[in-house]
Amino acid sequence: MYSQGLIGADTTTEETEEFLAAFQARIDREEKIEPNDPMPAAYRKTLIRQIGQHAHSEIVGMLPEGNWITRAPSLRRKLALLAKVQDEGGHGLYLYSAAETLGVSREQMTEELLAGKAKYSSIFNYPTPTWADIGAIGWLVDGAAIMNQVPLCRCSFGPYARAMVRICREESFHQRQGYELMMTLAKGTPEQKEMAQDALNRWWWPSLMMFGPSDSDSSHSDQSMKWKIKRFSNDELRQKFVDATVPQAELIGLTMPDPDLRWNEAKNGGQGGYDFGAIDWDEFWRVVKGGGPMNRDRIAARQKAWDDGAWVRDAALAHAEKRRARAASATLEAAE
Amino acid sequence: MSKSLANALIALGDDHLILGHRLSEWCGHAPMLEEDLSMPNMALDLLGQARNLYTYAGELEGEGRTEDDLAYLRKDREYKNLLLVERPNGDFAHTMLRQLYFAAFMQPYWQAAMQSKDATIAGFAAKAVKEIAYHIRHAGEWVVRLGDGTEESARRMKHAVDALHIYTDELFTVTDDMAICIERGLLPDPQAMRAEWQNTIAQIFDEALLTVPEVAFPQEGGRDGRHTEDFGHLLSELQYMQRAYPDMAW
Repeated sequence: MYSQGLIGADTTTEETEEFLAAFQARIDREEKIEPNDPMPAAYRKTLIRQIGQHAHSEIVGMLPEGNWITRAPSLRRKLALLAKVQDEGGHGLYLYSAAETLGVSREQMTEELLAGKAKYSSIFNYPTPTWADIGAIGWLVDGAAIMNQVPLCRCSFGPYARAMVRICREESFHQRQGYELMMTLAKGTPEQKEMAQDALNRWWWPSLMMFGPSDSDSSHSDQSMKWKIKRFSNDELRQKFVDATVPQAELIGLTMPDPDLRWNEAKNGGQGGYDFGAIDWDEFWRVVKGGGPMNRDRIAARQKAWDDGAWVRDAALAHAEKRRARAASATLEAAE
Repeated sequence: MSKSLANALIALGDDHLILGHRLSEWCGHAPMLEEDLSMPNMALDLLGQARNLYTYAGELEGEGRTEDDLAYLRKDREYKNLLLVERPNGDFAHTMLRQLYFAAFMQPYWQAAMQSKDATIAGFAAKAVKEIAYHIRHAGEWVVRLGDGTEESARRMKHAVDALHIYTDELFTVTDDMAICIERGLLPDPQAMRAEWQNTIAQIFDEALLTVPEVAFPQEGGRDGRHTEDFGHLLSELQYMQRAYPDMAW
């Protein structure tokens, strides 16, 4: 935890009008804000919330896919899936580290997740009952995540932007891997194709919900855009995702579960784009508020890992302390 | 000849597949995030080695069996892995100790296999020997931390030693197929690893404040396809897709 010196440090800055104007001017000049720079408390708070949620999403996101590691159908797939889930853990680690530069510890963030105070992406509250879900998650969930995350590589906060460059590279590999898995199923036996279509049917709408509420209902958007934490609106990103993904489904002979989906020449300033059906926002809010099929199971699994691991973490600390004490007494003896 | 070598490589491949599979069960549930990265790392190494060993064994057999046929489509008695590697994960102390016992054997084994008269095996060994060095270091450091950590961790570590040490003698088993390969200079003799294995374990145990137990009744049978009760459950998970959806490409 390279940023430990910053955790709990006094980070208050007197937010005069001049200070706020100068801060905004730096943002407008596309300068990166770094951990030791003065920043408005609300900017810090927004980033802690967002990066923390993002880190938690990576960690909770290991569970639905991890569900298939021991049952992957071939050695090649087993290795690829294990490596992918491991990558997600790695993303969680960079992101927690980026958040720590803002003065909050990984332990604090973990406790907030377990207490239900910090959120994670709702998409992970859906189950993975079949192998095709592994393909659907890679293709759609990672695909949607990339749409959200590529602009974050230019986020105004330096550590977050830099973490995202690496994460996006890996996510795009995962997305291709997931699509290739779906393609293999779609051109396989009728039973395999049906498995792929069923997974698409279940994951398509939740993937669209990943971009968050419509612009008119999004509470955090305006200020985040001004601070260049966010670069595009939820609806813009959602549209990009639909436009990129619909042809991919067609290419492998799968059907989007949306009878209202159709090409519209006039969309996207005349470049064309897809119109799509209404998103069930009641479902979205139900899952955000804890009513999804897997909310309880996901937190229970994280809680169990945390509780079961407590004695291991305690032992590691105790052992390090013993070593320090022995080294100190050896130095003292040598000096005498 | 090539049949004996294939059989010996399949047994070795089974050790790697089954231990890799067991480690992968931890993914997403480790005691700390760093271990959610380290355990999959080791599992990936082991599973990668299993793929190499199976693929080569399949070629030597010449019966058209692929790595997946070998990994997924055999019955329990046909798997020849050590009982040690199929033991359930238990707590983190069990998992790290099991890893140390196996890695402390495989390191000198791969080291010796680099001199194999079979260039393919020597090639696998050259890669594996680097990977296994990390497994010993990582698992060994945890055994020391837990053995000399808190009262609870020391108790758990001792319990793991009691539970797993009885399976270690099987590491040194020489099957008839192995004997033929040893004779021809194709594979190392597991018996020759005993001294170094004991030495590694003694050193780490010394630092971990653990005692190497006397084993009155060593447990073995895996090399002969006689497994523990847990093994069938492992296979039912591992083989689920291949059994439920036979003859499909994935």
